[in-house]
Amino acid sequence: MQTSGWIQLAVYVVVLVAITKPMGLYLMRVLDANGKTWFDPILKPLEQLSYRLMGVDAGKEQDWKQYTFAMLLFSAVSLLFTYAILRLQNILPLNPQGLGAVSRDLAFNTAASFTSNTNWQSYSGETTMSYFSQMVALVIHNFVSAAVGIAIAAALVRGIARNSAKTIGNFWVDLVRITYYLLLPICVVFAVFLVSQGMIDNFKPYTHAKLVEPYKISVAKTDDKGQPVLDKDGKPVMEEQTVDEQLIVQGPMASQVAMKMLGTNGGGYVNANASHPFENPTPLSNFFQMLSIFSIGSGLTWYLGRMVNNQKHGWTVWATMLILFLAGTLLCWHSEAAGNPIHQKLGVAAADGNMEGKEVRFGIFNSALFATITTDASCGAVNSMHDSFTGLGGFVPLFNIQLGEVIFGGVGAGLYGMLVFVVLAVFIAGLMVGRTPEYLGKKIESYEVKMAMLALLILAIDILAFSAWAVVSKWGLAGLNNSGPHGLSEMLYAYSSGTGNNGSAFAGLNANTPWYNTTLGIAMLIGRFLMIVPILAMAGALARKKVAPAGAGTFPVSGGTFVILLIGTVLLIGALNFLPALTLGPIVEHFLTLQGKLF
Amino acid sequence: MTQKPPSLFDWNIVGPAIVDAFKKLDPRLMVKNPVMFVTQVGAALTTIAIWAPSGERGFIAQLAVWLWFTVIFANFAEAVAEGRGKAQANTLRKARKDTIARRLRKNVEEQVPAPELQKGDLVVCEAGDIIPADGDVVEGIASVDESAITGESAPVIRESGGDRCAVTGGTRVLSDRIVIRITMEKGQGFLDRMISLVEGAQRQKTPNEIALTILLAALTFIFLLVCVTLKPFGIYSNAVFSVPVLVALLVCLIPTTIGGLLSAIGIAGMDRVLQRNVMAMSGRAVEAAGDVDVLLLDKTGTITLGNRMATAFLPAPNVKTERLADAAQLASLADETPEGRSIVVLAKEKHNLRGREVAEPHAKFVPFSAQTRMSGVDFGDGNGSVKRQIRKGAADAIVQWVAEQGGQSDKAILKGVDEISRTGGTPLVVAEGREVLGLVHLKDIVKGGIKERFAHLRKMGIRTVMITGDNPLTAAAIAAEAGVDDFMAQATPEQKLKRIRDEQSAGHLVAMTGDGTNDAPALAQADVGVAMNTGTQAAREAGNMVDLDSNPTKLLDIVEIGKQMLITRGALTTFSIANDVAKYFAIIPAMLMATFPAIAPLNIMHLHSPTSAILSAVIFNALIIVALIPLALRGVKYTPIGALRTLQRNLLIYGLGGVIVPFIGIKVIDMIITGMHLV
Repeated sequence: MQTSGWIQLAVYVVVLVAITKPMGLYLMRVLDANGKTWFDPILKPLEQLSYRLMGVDAGKEQDWKQYTFAMLLFSAVSLLFTYAILRLQNILPLNPQGLGAVSRDLAFNTAASFTSNTNWQSYSGETTMSYFSQMVALVIHNFVSAAVGIAIAAALVRGIARNSAKTIGNFWVDLVRITYYLLLPICVVFAVFLVSQGMIDNFKPYTHAKLVEPYKISVAKTDDKGQPVLDKDGKPVMEEQTVDEQLIVQGPMASQVAMKMLGTNGGGYVNANASHPFENPTPLSNFFQMLSIFSIGSGLTWYLGRMVNNQKHGWTVWATMLILFLAGTLLCWHSEAAGNPIHQKLGVAAADGNMEGKEVRFGIFNSALFATITTDASCGAVNSMHDSFTGLGGFVPLFNIQLGEVIFGGVGAGLYGMLVFVVLAVFIAGLMVGRTPEYLGKKIESYEVKMAMLALLILAIDILAFSAWAVVSKWGLAGLNNSGPHGLSEMLYAYSSGTGNNGSAFAGLNANTPWYNTTLGIAMLIGRFLMIVPILAMAGALARKKVAPAGAGTFPVSGGTFVILLIGTVLLIGALNFLPALTLGPIVEHFLTLQGKLF
Repeated sequence: MTQKPPSLFDWNIVGPAIVDAFKKLDPRLMVKNPVMFVTQVGAALTTIAIWAPSGERGFIAQLAVWLWFTVIFANFAEAVAEGRGKAQANTLRKARKDTIARRLRKNVEEQVPAPELQKGDLVVCEAGDIIPADGDVVEGIASVDESAITGESAPVIRESGGDRCAVTGGTRVLSDRIVIRITMEKGQGFLDRMISLVEGAQRQKTPNEIALTILLAALTFIFLLVCVTLKPFGIYSNAVFSVPVLVALLVCLIPTTIGGLLSAIGIAGMDRVLQRNVMAMSGRAVEAAGDVDVLLLDKTGTITLGNRMATAFLPAPNVKTERLADAAQLASLADETPEGRSIVVLAKEKHNLRGREVAEPHAKFVPFSAQTRMSGVDFGDGNGSVKRQIRKGAADAIVQWVAEQGGQSDKAILKGVDEISRTGGTPLVVAEGREVLGLVHLKDIVKGGIKERFAHLRKMGIRTVMITGDNPLTAAAIAAEAGVDDFMAQATPEQKLKRIRDEQSAGHLVAMTGDGTNDAPALAQADVGVAMNTGTQAAREAGNMVDLDSNPTKLLDIVEIGKQMLITRGALTTFSIANDVAKYFAIIPAMLMATFPAIAPLNIMHLHSPTSAILSAVIFNALIIVALIPLALRGVKYTPIGALRTLQRNLLIYGLGGVIVPFIGIKVIDMIITGMHLV
C-alpha cells in the first residue's frame, strides 16, 4: 500500500466533497419542475416540445400509483424498442462490420440489462453490436435508465419532505428534465474532455494493423459449423496459427463512455471496458471516470438534506456512505497489495501485489479503487478483471453489490436503497428513545416497514434463489470455467450483479447461454422494477403523513451516532443474509489460498 | 387491587404459567407469532430427525430438546405476563358479587339480580349496599367505599348533579341513601371491562407491535431463504448440511429473543399501568402516551391546590397591619369558604391573633352574596343600633360601600389593587365603617414540586399547557410560577377542543386530563384522554384512560410506561439482531469444518468441536429468552436525558452488548457442555 495510493485516495475524497454541494444545488433546480437553469434559453423550448409530443400536462403532479405506472410503462416500451433494434440490427443502417441480428435470448438479456441500468453484457460489444445498436438501442438507455433512477430517488425524497401531500411529482417531467438539464450538458462536457485525453469518437470501420512482430498461437481446430474438431480421445485437435494482423476497434466511443460512467451504467463500448486504452486512455481519464460514477449519487445526498430542511441529515447519510466506501477500498487494496502467497512462494510475484488481470497502467491501487467504486455504485464498468482478484479482494466488490449498492450507489438507486436502510434503522433504534419511530417527523408504521422489508426480501430472494438454482443445475454449471469456491463466487457474483443492476462480472463465467441470458435478464428486471414498486409505495405513504415538529424527544437522524447506527443496520440487516453463501465462496477461497490452493 | 406489583417470580403465577407454556404449543395459537412458529416447526423436524439413520443421535436429540425449550421459554414469558394480570382479575372478580339490586319501578321497590338490570333502570342503594352496576346518582348524596376498584380505603362522596355523580358497580355505599340511574348495558360495566383487560382477553396488538411483527416475520422469511438456499450451495461445495444443523442455524439467526418476548412486553406494560391504578382502555392508548408531546392540564387541582389563599395583609397608609389583620379576621370568622378560612389562618400565623369565639355578643354576620360581592360582620351595642361594621370584598364593591358610608378610599389602595391584579392575585379590600383599612392578597398556591415535574416533562420533550378559566393576567402569573410552557386563559369547552385540534394538525400528540362533563369533547379528541375516576360518567366514557386515584399528574407515569414499552421492544430487537454476529461465528465454521478444514481460523471462539459449537449456540439462544424475561416484564428503565443520549446509551448496552454477550455466553456454554461430555 504505497504512499502514492494514499495521496490519490485523499485527492479523490477531497474532490468528491467539493463537488457534492454544487451538484446538490443544481439537482435542486433540475428536480423542481419550475426550477431555472443556465440552459433554459436553449433547452426550455425543447422541454416544452417534448411534453407536447408526449401529451403530458407538466403542471399536474401524480400520486405514487400514477407515477409508478408511468415509470413501468415507459420502461416496458423502451425495453421492447431496444429488443426490436437488436433483433433487426442486420437490416438497420450504420453497420460497417456487417454484424448479424442478435439472438433472441441475448437480445432479451441485453434489452433487460440496459433498461434496468445494469449494463450486464453477455457479449463483446465490438463483435456483436453495430454502431447503430450502440448509439440508439443502448446509449438511449444510458440516459433514460439513469434518469429513471434519479427520478425515483427524487420522488422518494419528495415523499419524505412533503407534509400531508397526495402527490410525489410527475414522472414525465422528472424524466425529461433530468435527461435534458442534468445528463446531456454534463455528458457533452465530459465527452469533450475524454476526447482531449485521447479517446476515440468516430464512425470509421475497424482498422486492420500489421503487427511489428507476428507470433504463433495454437488454437482448437473447428469444422464448418464452428464446432471444435475432436481427436479419438475426445480432446480438441489443436492447430498452429500465425497472428500478423490486429483488428483495432473504432466507433463513437467518447460520447457513450461519458454517459456510461455518469449514469452508473457501466456497459463498455468494448469488452475490455475501462481497461482498454481507447476507453480509458490516461490516469486523468481514469480519475474523472471514477469521480463521475459517484458525482450524482453524492450530490443527491445534499439534495436530500436541502429538501428535508436538514442539511446535517444529508451529510450524515453522505458520511455513512464515505466510511463504507473507505472500508471497502482499504480492504480490497490491502488484499491486492498483499498479493498471492502462492506466487510469492514460487518467486514469480509482482513486486507490489497481485497483478493478474490488472492493467499495468493503473496498477494495484487504481484497480482496487476502481473495483470498489464501481460496485459501491451500481456502475459495473471495470478497469481490471474482478475475477482475478484475491479471495478477499474479490469479496469486496461482491459484498458491496450484495449490500444493495447503497454506497453512493447507482444514480438515484443508491439513495433510495440507502433510504430503505435509514427507514429500518429509524424504526428499530427509534423505538429505543421511547417514541413511535419517526423519520424527520414522519411516523414509521407498519406500512413503511412492510415496504422496506419487501425491498430487502426481493433483493435477497432474487440473488439467493437464482444462484442456488445455478449451482445445482446443469445449465448453470455448464457456463463455469473455474471449479470449487471460485466457481460459486462467479455464479453468485453474476446474480448479485444482475439483481443489483451493477453489470460487472467475475468474467470466468460464460454467461452467454440461453439459460443464463434468460435467468439473468429476469433477475435484472426483478432487481430493478420489483424493488422500485415498494419504494414508490413508501414514498406515497410518507408523503401523506403529517410532519411532527421536532422536539427534545425527537429521534436524531444526524451526527456520529446515526452514522454508526446506519452502518450497523446496513451490515447487520443488509449483509448477514449473504454471509453463509459468501463464506462458501470468497471466504473459503481466501483460506484455501493461504494453504496454497488455487481455482 | 394490590398496589404493590407482584414479585417477578411469585410461585402462584409461575406454577400455572409453566402449565400454560405447554398448552400454548398448540400450533393454532403459535401461528400468530411467525418467529416462534418457525422455531416450533424446526423443533418438530429435528425431533423427527432423531430417528433418521445417522451417527449423531445423541447430538440431534439434545438439539431437539433445546429447540423445544426455546419455544416453551417464549410461551412461558407470555404466560407469566398474563398470569400477573389474572391475579389482579381474580381480586376484581371478588368485587363483582352477585348482588341483589333494589329496582325502583313507579316508585315501588323490587328485588332483582344485578345482571338483569337494563340501561336506564333506577335502583336504590342505602348504607351497606353494594352498587349493582355503573350509573349516575340522580337523587341524594352518599359516601362510597371504592376500595374494591381503586385500592384506596378513604371513602368518597357521590351526589346527584354536578361532576361527582358517577358510581361504579361493585363499590359499597357507606352512608345515606341514593338513587342511581344505570348507564351501562349488562356485561359492559367498568368492572367487566377491567377484568377482561387485565386478563388480556381483549388484548389486541398495538400499531407499533404490528409493525414490529412485520419486521420480524420478514427477517424470519429472509433467514429461512438463507438456510434453504444453503443446501444447494452445500451440494455444489460437496459439504453435507443435515436438516437439524440447518434448523439450528435458522433458529439462531431468526430473532427469537424479541419474537419470544414481544407479547410479554405488551402485556406487562398494560399490567404496570394498572398497578399505578390507571385503567387504560387499550394498549394503543398506553403506546400513544409514550408519544405525547403536548400535555393539557387543568389548573385547578393539578397545578394549584385548588383554592385561592390569603398570603399577605397590605394596610392602607396610617393603618397598622395588626388592625387590618384583626378586622379581616373578624370579618372572616363565620366565612366557611376556603378563602375566608385562609384569612383566619394567616392572621393567626402572622400576627398571633387567635380565632375568637364567633358568638361574640351582638355580632351579626353578613354572608357573601353575588349581588353585594362582599361579606362581613356587624357588631351591635346591645340596643339594636350598630356599633361597628366591618366588610371585606371585591375592590369596587367596597369602594362603593365606603362611599355610601360617607368615606373615601385612599389612592394608594386603588394602586395596590392594580398591583395585586397584575401579578395574578386577587385583592380583597377590608373596610371598617368609613375607613378603608387595607388589602388582603389572595393568590393561587402552586403545588409543591410541580415545577420540578414540569421540568422533568420538558426534558422528556413534552410541552405543558395550563387550562384555566382565570383571566389572562392571572393565568400568566400562575403559568410563570408553575413553570408551564403555555397557558390558555378563560377557556371554554369549545376553545379546549379547538386547541387540541390545532395542536394535532401541527403534528403534535396531545394528552389531556379532565373530570367534568364539559371536558368530555376535549378528552375524546385528545390522543390520550385521562379521565379522573371522581369525574362524571361522560368524562370517563370520553377518555381512553381512567385514573382511579384521580391524580392528574399520574399522566407522567403513564407517559413513562408507554416509553418504557417502546424502548424495551427496540432494545430487545436490537439485541436480538446483534446476537447474530456471534452465532454466525459459532455455527458457520462448524458447518464447514468437515469439508474445508482450512477455515479453522474463522472459529475465533475456539469452540471445542462442530457439534459443541452448534449446540452451544442453540442453548445460548434458548437461555437468553429466560434471562431476559425479567427485563421484558419490568421494562427498560427510562430516564429523560434527551433522545440522543438515550439512543447512545441503549445502543451501547443493547447494540454493542448484543454483539459481545453471545460471544462470551456461547464460549462458556461450550466449555460447560464439553466438560460434561454432552457432545
